[in-house]
Amino acid sequence: MLFDKFKTMADFLAELESKDVKPFGAVTEKLLSSTQGIVNGQNVILAGTNNYLGLSYDARCIAASQEAAAKWGTGTTGSRVANGSFVGHQELESELAAFYGVDQAIAFTTGYAATMGMCATIAGPGDVILLDADSHASIYAGVQLSGADIIRFKHSDPDDLAKRLRRLGDRAKQTLIIAEGIYSMLGDIAPLQEIAAIKREHGAYLFVDEAHSMGVLGETGRGAAQAAGIEDDVDFLAGTFSKSLGATGGYCVSKHQILETIRFTIRSYIFTASTSPSVVASTRKALQIMRKEPQLRSKLWENANRLYTGLKVLGLPVGPTASPVVAVNLEDRNQAINCWNELMGAGVYVNLVVPPASPSTAFLLRNSVSAAHSTAQIDTIIAAYSNLVNAGLISTNKE
Amino acid sequence: MADNQDYLKFMYSIIKGLNKTDLELSEKTELVADIGLSSLEVMEFIEQVEDEYDISIPLNILPDITTLGDFARKLNELNS
Repeated sequence: MLFDKFKTMADFLAELESKDVKPFGAVTEKLLSSTQGIVNGQNVILAGTNNYLGLSYDARCIAASQEAAAKWGTGTTGSRVANGSFVGHQELESELAAFYGVDQAIAFTTGYAATMGMCATIAGPGDVILLDADSHASIYAGVQLSGADIIRFKHSDPDDLAKRLRRLGDRAKQTLIIAEGIYSMLGDIAPLQEIAAIKREHGAYLFVDEAHSMGVLGETGRGAAQAAGIEDDVDFLAGTFSKSLGATGGYCVSKHQILETIRFTIRSYIFTASTSPSVVASTRKALQIMRKEPQLRSKLWENANRLYTGLKVLGLPVGPTASPVVAVNLEDRNQAINCWNELMGAGVYVNLVVPPASPSTAFLLRNSVSAAHSTAQIDTIIAAYSNLVNAGLISTNKE
Repeated sequence: MADNQDYLKFMYSIIKGLNKTDLELSEKTELVADIGLSSLEVMEFIEQVEDEYDISIPLNILPDITTLGDFARKLNELNS
């Protein structure tokens, strides 16, 4: 039957419903700040929003957005290729290019459309894509549309990447390597220096998705490639407006002039309505703020280190390094569901991540930290986990 | 140069090492339906084959592989 393939998901959702757990259908009824809200009727700390710099609720971004809506209307009602661009779209792209020190930038309506569209378009039939095994769903969706031969390398494993490039022989020069800056589920940072060195050795191309690292890493917040000192090796760099910049949308920048030609071949750019003026305006304002206020990044890392260390000291199985994504890795599904529910009850709203969204068979309680979290909020999150440990509801490394 | 039988022989040895099934293995044996490999185990299985023959198997061809025989034929194509 047509719908048989949905049975596993239907059973899982029914199980959650029977336990009165709503990790995937949580509704925010009121926002009290960028880090506090009323969710499912409860006043909770928002600890799973990816709002790394807290700019979604910044008064200056809201004002810019309001002004643009009044001046330009609520939507563009069409594609930039068909309807044309608003001047704000072009200014946003110029400002992104200037931020990265390159000539070329494309703004997309969503981050998913940016990475999916670029990964579907840059390489094609006869080419090879070598992607990190833990790549985001948008990357997998894109490469499947590309027509290129798709080969995975082990997650963040430069030796495996090098081995697979060697096996390709001359085809290595027709190969696009895809990696991310910070990986969204576990918060680990890609070994971009090693990856870039291998790319250079084999004459391949490199695409880096900085969705979770833009505004987070690098001297000026350009991301993991800047932090690793390998920006010259990156052929295409994608990112999103929906995390550090607190809006919706995505982008790709490149040092290659060809990006302007590629723009007119990307289906997720051509066949969708362009970014709304209010979103363009708040994104531009957020980019300005991010550039002028590096203290936001300092505060973000202060909070990230505090939460990571706090959970690690409790003996919880967190990721390999501190980052603004702090994931608690659990093998037991019921334990993960129960803990998510207990955290909600304690006023802490985190993400429950289940396979295949998690990179293995594990279940994750995924926390994301914001510069806007107060120290007291971070300590409340740690205390909520501590209560889970003391109640024997969660396994620790100490057991 | 390895042939179909070489590939099958090597795959049988990997599967026997996994202790997942008592089935008599043949080229008609299905990786998921008969042996019961999970998606992660399938990827690990493929990786062992890749390392043995020093090749990389594109994800694109995986939908065409159901049985061990399918896999052996694809390996032949890739190496030809």
